[in-house]
Amino acid sequence: MSRVYVAGVGLTKVDEHWKTSLEQLVTEASLKALDDAGLESVDAIYVGSMLSEILQEQGHLGAVLAEELGLSGIPAMSVEAATASGAASIYVGAREIESGRAKAVLVAGVDKMSDGMAEEVTSALMVGEKQEYTGFIGATFYSLNALIYSLYMKRYDVSQEKIALFPVLCHEHSVGVEHAQYPFKIKLETVMNSPYIAEPLRRFETTAIADGAAALILVGEEFASKLKSPKTELVIEAATDYVTPFQREDPLWFPALQLATTKALERAKISRNEVGIIEIFDATSIMAVISLESSGFASRGEAWRLLENGELSLSGSLPCNTFGGLKARGHPAGATGVYQVAELHLQLTNRAKKNQVDRAITGMAQTLGGLASTAFVTILKKVM
Amino acid sequence: MVKLDSIYIAGYGGYVPRYRIKASEIARVWGRDTVDLPVEEKAVAGVDEDTVTMAVEAARIALKRAEIHPSRIGAVHVGTESKPYAVKPCGTIVAEAIGATPKVTAADFEFACKAGTEALQFVCSLVGAGRIEYGLAIGSDTAQGRPGDALEYTAASGAAAYIIGRDKNNSLAEIEAWASYVTDTPDFWRREYERYPHHTARFTGDPAYFHHIVNSVKRIMDEDGYNLNDIDYVVFHQPNVRFPMVVARLLGIDLEKIKLGLITGFVGNTYAACSLLGLVRILDYAKPDQRILLASFGSGAGSDSYILRVLDGIERKRNLAPTLDKFIERKTYIDYALYARNRRKIYM
Amino acid sequence: MFRIKVPRFWRYREFRYRLSAWKCIHCGEIHFFKPLVCRRCRYREFSEVTLPYTGKLLAYTIVRSPPAGFEEYAPYIIGLIELEDGTRIVSQLADVDPEELKIGMKMEATFKRIREDGVDKIIAYGYKFRPAIQ
Repeated sequence: MSRVYVAGVGLTKVDEHWKTSLEQLVTEASLKALDDAGLESVDAIYVGSMLSEILQEQGHLGAVLAEELGLSGIPAMSVEAATASGAASIYVGAREIESGRAKAVLVAGVDKMSDGMAEEVTSALMVGEKQEYTGFIGATFYSLNALIYSLYMKRYDVSQEKIALFPVLCHEHSVGVEHAQYPFKIKLETVMNSPYIAEPLRRFETTAIADGAAALILVGEEFASKLKSPKTELVIEAATDYVTPFQREDPLWFPALQLATTKALERAKISRNEVGIIEIFDATSIMAVISLESSGFASRGEAWRLLENGELSLSGSLPCNTFGGLKARGHPAGATGVYQVAELHLQLTNRAKKNQVDRAITGMAQTLGGLASTAFVTILKKVM
Repeated sequence: MVKLDSIYIAGYGGYVPRYRIKASEIARVWGRDTVDLPVEEKAVAGVDEDTVTMAVEAARIALKRAEIHPSRIGAVHVGTESKPYAVKPCGTIVAEAIGATPKVTAADFEFACKAGTEALQFVCSLVGAGRIEYGLAIGSDTAQGRPGDALEYTAASGAAAYIIGRDKNNSLAEIEAWASYVTDTPDFWRREYERYPHHTARFTGDPAYFHHIVNSVKRIMDEDGYNLNDIDYVVFHQPNVRFPMVVARLLGIDLEKIKLGLITGFVGNTYAACSLLGLVRILDYAKPDQRILLASFGSGAGSDSYILRVLDGIERKRNLAPTLDKFIERKTYIDYALYARNRRKIYM
Repeated sequence: MFRIKVPRFWRYREFRYRLSAWKCIHCGEIHFFKPLVCRRCRYREFSEVTLPYTGKLLAYTIVRSPPAGFEEYAPYIIGLIELEDGTRIVSQLADVDPEELKIGMKMEATFKRIREDGVDKIIAYGYKFRPAIQ
């Protein structure tokens, strides 16, 4: 089985790109990734997108992107796993490299939410949930989060101020980040005074409408030695769970994330405390907190301590969401998983500029589909 | 009119939505003097309620008291003048929601405010003819008056449901007789595609309401050999508080007998549910062996009278589900703005 | 769910109207929609059950930014209820203002309008829960 390497990354700024189309965004990111790797072509293309079939009514993104890149002829297709679609494209690309069938693969993630009205986007974000059940009754992704949030605060007797520190951390890290949607600091009061989206969840504990695309070039051992671009080694694992968290044994636990984390650590042959940087899937503050616990980086009900003790800061023991995470870099749904891994790659190849974390040799990215009904865990290792 | 034979009420239920608007609040908006308002307040359905949802609520309460599996219900008849669909029956939705489908007949009845008692007649007939074991008759309405019109003060929302059967051992009252009195008297109507009804103001009184109720009551009394002294409680259709009192006086009925069932002052005129809902209140309090006279009125026009005798089963069965007063006491006042929103008077 | 697609809405009316569900004969897992295989134990036989109409409130929230099609109902309350048999169900809460709600309070199933289609005007009905009327 071939090892998998990231040999190039390309990002667009996360923004409301009024003048740019979905195709243009994903093409821009892909070209940047090809250029970064110093490659003209690849053996296959996988595109992750969650919302394009709804908001742009554009499917068939594989052929569309191949054409835009002038690469028509090579196999290309889209991959979907709700908000984890980008990570899913990495997973499929990585497996193809591992199998030896491809030497280089382009994986991309894209979504362009600003083409939809607010209600349309809210509806579209429910495609990751059970439409016939929670979708039918008018529940939203955020309202399901809010129910979990209430249960969490009650069970662990943790106040919202502790959990709401997560978005504050993210914004601290996004300052000066060129590709971040919101590169500015916020205070805890800003979060606590922001309007409710769904009590207790406040606006600044959620993400906004965002457009963005990110791309990676994955290559096998044979190609890795030929390419001059900086590289990291990639391991990715995945797991699934019931789609509705409340039908699970414990809605305050993400077993899929736990499982994917364990599998990824095992395959990467590292332990949790060797993870130098972590990208957490903070679609909401409460998801970030439960993720830290379910993946074993904090004990149940205790994730807030990591925040309070500063351990998740750039200078802390486990720098987290070093470019701002979903909250501040932005969360263009299906693109997010690729952003997360691309950012780890920038860190581990010493290209993170002012956000550079010293000494890190291993990073983990967690990407969740829906309320952790799908979990992807990617581990990147510095290539010495 | 031949007396009915072995037609029993196995279960009954009333539903009134949670919201109330004071008549004085409506008067405030239209600048009307509050001295002679027809009711104190009226019940208003929520934004997620309609004739069908209220019918289901009332039917579920009736089912609890009837203590039967819903599959034994052979007919679901809904009387209403506020159908959510112009074409598509309420009865099928109600039947499905209570689990009576598919071996059931279902239909909607329209006869202005007497559609509910009309539905009851058909269910009694089906049961009496032995075509069905149990039948469900419902009066339900989310009545609407044109903003600013006299009817806006009273047009209210509510539902009443009755499960009729032939098993005396599973019953709480016997329906002993009914009689109808109908003429072509256009006192109130609504044409197709219109949102609000038209009415003829004072013409709705003497030639319509009073004439038809008086004659249907006279008919049931005379033809079935009843005497007003046999009757313990009386409930009339109640478009306002005054009309039932006047008609009682015309018929020589002691006002004490209509008091219990006269709920329009605090519920409003629930149209097809109106007299049936008053009967629910009476059944919530009546004692075995007492007799009840009900006379509905429907514009267009007609009146159905019923004579009921309360049976021993009442004492146990009424406690199987919430009484109407629970719903009447459950109230949240809304202002005219919220009322306009809830009842979709604001176009979105 | 931008539009109400009638066959989809109609197909599952027994669950939506009257909480008719499916119980795995082997492990007892409750499925709201008829499954072919039990998600928990992979058994393939189920009995039709009616879920209890009463339960207690575990958590609730208010939807202020509704999905398309629910605009005229917002803000509305979404609650998590544990039914008397232990089944957890997500539901809209009806006939109640948020300040009247208390965690643990008894709730009961009611039948309400969920929404209507903006174009075809078909009405979708289904369960909502309200504070129990004792």
